[in-house]
Amino acid sequence: MMLLLRIAATHVRNRLRQTIVSTLGVALGVGFSIAMASLMEGSQRDFVATLIEAIPHVQIRDEKRSPAEQPASLIYDAVQFNGLRPREDLRGIHNPVEALASLRDWVGGSLAQQLNGQAVLRYSGQDIGITLVGVMPRQELEVSKIGDDMREGAFEEIQTISNGLVLGDKAAERLGAELGETVTLTSANGVAKRFKIVGTFHTGVTTSDEGLAYANLKAVQILLEKPDIINSISVKLDDISQANEVAARAERQLGYKAVSWEEANEGLMEAFLVRNIIMYTVVGAILVVAGFGIFNIVSTIVHEKAKDIAILKSLGFPETDIQQIFILEGLVIGVMGAIVGCALGFGLSSYLASIKFEFTTNVEMTRLPIHFSASHYFIACVLALFSSGTAGYIPARKAARLNPVDIIRGAT
Amino acid sequence: MNTPVAEKQAASATLLEARDLTRILPAVVPVTLVEYINIKVTEAEFVAITGPSGSGKSSLLYLLGLLDRPSKGEILINAIDTQHLSSSELSRIRLEKIGFVFQFHFLLPEFTVLDNVMIPMQKLGKLPQKQQVEHATGLLTDLGLEEFLHRRPAQLSGGQRQRVAVARALANSPDLILADEPTGSLDSAATEQVFESLQKIVETQRTTVVAVTHDMDIASRMERRIHLVDGRVDYDNRQ
Repeated sequence: MMLLLRIAATHVRNRLRQTIVSTLGVALGVGFSIAMASLMEGSQRDFVATLIEAIPHVQIRDEKRSPAEQPASLIYDAVQFNGLRPREDLRGIHNPVEALASLRDWVGGSLAQQLNGQAVLRYSGQDIGITLVGVMPRQELEVSKIGDDMREGAFEEIQTISNGLVLGDKAAERLGAELGETVTLTSANGVAKRFKIVGTFHTGVTTSDEGLAYANLKAVQILLEKPDIINSISVKLDDISQANEVAARAERQLGYKAVSWEEANEGLMEAFLVRNIIMYTVVGAILVVAGFGIFNIVSTIVHEKAKDIAILKSLGFPETDIQQIFILEGLVIGVMGAIVGCALGFGLSSYLASIKFEFTTNVEMTRLPIHFSASHYFIACVLALFSSGTAGYIPARKAARLNPVDIIRGAT
Repeated sequence: MNTPVAEKQAASATLLEARDLTRILPAVVPVTLVEYINIKVTEAEFVAITGPSGSGKSSLLYLLGLLDRPSKGEILINAIDTQHLSSSELSRIRLEKIGFVFQFHFLLPEFTVLDNVMIPMQKLGKLPQKQQVEHATGLLTDLGLEEFLHRRPAQLSGGQRQRVAVARALANSPDLILADEPTGSLDSAATEQVFESLQKIVETQRTTVVAVTHDMDIASRMERRIHLVDGRVDYDNRQ
């Protein structure tokens, strides 16, 4: 094999200019594909990390996957019921303490209970509709990043100060209410209760900042007339890869719909998959173009080296050797291109990672998210070698089939 | 212990045999290159194949060298019938038992003289690298080329290149050397050098040399002459 490689390398070396051009073609393909893959996976990971940080890994809601069975269908053995009025239960997860305790036995992570409801917030003659979230602050701080989003006050104060309320900064701004002032919250049932603003938050998401408020769970249960009821349990897992399994088991155990972050963002994950397919298709196309360059140079060498092929065959080199020589020529260019391309890809990725952006919005991204991964280099190199090997194989097969007698006669 | 030369001398068996050898090129009107050739060549013979242009001299040589396959008939080398051997098996026989010398030297231009001679040895892989260098250097020295080991073929004269081709043909100590017009493109001085080289191989190494030539003066100095006319043996001074 070393002899064949030496012959191949000699052929390639003697066509230096064409070899350099072909090598650069492969190198550019490999380099750009690595940089593109690093950028795309970086942005994907950055997005997912932000998403995972912002939302619970598993959310158990007071819903069922299928409609609840009605009492009539339990009592009577009938094919179908028409005109029955369904039983109206008080919606929610009843007896949350027991539900949480049963989950804590096996779930690795933090759990937090919430009761959400709609309410009207009134201050100085202005009314705005908000979503009120009743929470146990210590639990909530463990499963969400609300603590980081606090602008004024402390989130824990909704526990320590009676009827404390943490409000989105935009909502507070609209009402003109400030820290320490008292506002009135009225539920859909007409129950009104006074709350003291103990903090404001800013998430950067307008709907939350303008229409979300947190209060102590007990206070919210009283306001919404849902004693000892919650409507969701948020789970922050130590190992997010377990989200689907935990959601499935929790749903089986409690009977309520449990959604993992992956299921909740299924469309997004599919979009990422499609994006990756598009990316690798583009990369493949680039390398196929580079492969044409290699095909061209190896075909030229085969044409020019017809006499050498006849010599080698007359010396006793079998067809497989001749074929290997020219496949090796394609691979020599491919390997050189892949090496240069890896260096180029690393350089490009490093450069992109160093570029700084300054945004005026509150969503901060000061640098392009680049993810350095050996798999990007490996995939690009494998594609490059496959492309160059295939590009070399076609003319190599032709070379192996050349009849030495025809060449010798032609030369004489 | 017997030396290879001594072993060759021990028995003068038939080295190469052609039986009813026929080669017809398929075409709308098929072209017959050679037909019904029957010859036997033994060890240490120095054979000239002569004949007018188009008589099938080179075609016969390519068939005997297993570079081309016959349409009919058989070729036996060391009593091995090559008719049913695969392409790679024929390559192996060429590598081990046959050396070629062509009219236009056919050296690999990017490699040095030494490399050109060593390539068949490297392919065969029987000798370690150091011995390959020594053997190749010895062959080239015997042919008066010791000064040109590291030159490229383009830096040599026609006669020198042809002698390198002879050295390459001898690299794996073959039983048979087939030469196609080895002196055809050389001046008289170079022709003499190459002829003497081939003659020396037959005499000292008892290697069989079969050479196609149109030079009757050269042919007359060879012990056996096979004359072809229209693809058939017209005359063979041994039969």
